[in-house]
Amino acid sequence: MKPDIKEQKTESPRDYKLIRDYAIVAALLLITFVTGYFFPATGTRIFQVSREYFVELLVILPAVMVILGLINVWISKDVVMKHLGEESGLKGAFFSMLLGTFPTGPLFVAFPIVAALRKKGASMGNIVVLLSAWACIKIPQELIELQFLGFKFMAARLFLTVIFVLLMGWTVDLIIGTTERRSSHARSDRPQ
Amino acid sequence: MTLTVLVINGFAIVGLVLSLLKDRAKTKQALKVAWKSFNRIFPTIVMVIIVIGWLLTFVSKAVIGGLIGQKTGITGVAIAAVLGSVLFIPALVSFPLAASLLKSGASITAVATFITTLTMIGFVTFPLEIKTLGKKVALLRNGFSFIIAIIIGLLMGVILR
Repeated sequence: MKPDIKEQKTESPRDYKLIRDYAIVAALLLITFVTGYFFPATGTRIFQVSREYFVELLVILPAVMVILGLINVWISKDVVMKHLGEESGLKGAFFSMLLGTFPTGPLFVAFPIVAALRKKGASMGNIVVLLSAWACIKIPQELIELQFLGFKFMAARLFLTVIFVLLMGWTVDLIIGTTERRSSHARSDRPQ
Repeated sequence: MTLTVLVINGFAIVGLVLSLLKDRAKTKQALKVAWKSFNRIFPTIVMVIIVIGWLLTFVSKAVIGGLIGQKTGITGVAIAAVLGSVLFIPALVSFPLAASLLKSGASITAVATFITTLTMIGFVTFPLEIKTLGKKVALLRNGFSFIIAIIIGLLMGVILR
């Protein structure tokens, strides 16, 4: 499968990143080929191992991406965002987690969204739950984990992560909640 | 073809058909998103796959086992946790890497800890996190994540032994 080069007409940072990534790939391939030329046995072994993992990934990756795309267009995030306020309790935490599992890109994409939610009154605990879910319980990730580490590993880690992320959100709420109430008289908006 | 592969692909196909029946334009949009994401992640995948090839060829089981294997105990877990915190590998490709580490002698605890810190703790994104959440919450979240990653790892070791 050849890279799609016609997409690089503009010089956005993403294109730059893509070009850089392909440059690294080319360098790695070159090193591997050179190694394979001088040490055929080693080169063959590297390619064998790589091919095995590559195939294992390629048989599910397109499907995972399609699922990601479908969720992206069919499930509206706004509905979920409405339920994240201070008084939302366990339901709010649940919605935060749900919002986090949507396949919506890496963690740094989440920060602007989180900032907006915070301004709209989402509790800090929910924000922490959302960020954590965003980071580590995304649907595409779980699917790839299932493929490579098996059902037991994926299910056990998912279960434990959900529980501990909820606990963490709750704890953060406790800690931040008390300090915010204490300092609400003398509002400290000083920059850190 | 394993069951996993069949289920995931089946799910995608059923979803796609349902979506097509309901709304053509939206389905087209979904496929566009899918193709874009695929394109973006593809070079990284190839990169990590080649690195796995090198890793499994050159780094022996003894080395990985000695670093993060079953017998290294809490030191191995700590190494895995710290490595996961500072490295910046997209989560999607961290799973093949994790599988290759498991295969070459790493303990379940270390691998689970590694994946969890890798995804939950953003060393690179930490400044951005401070800007949006404030220093205190950012520190709390990352600190707690580090601790729960280790706890999750240890529990995984017990459950999946």
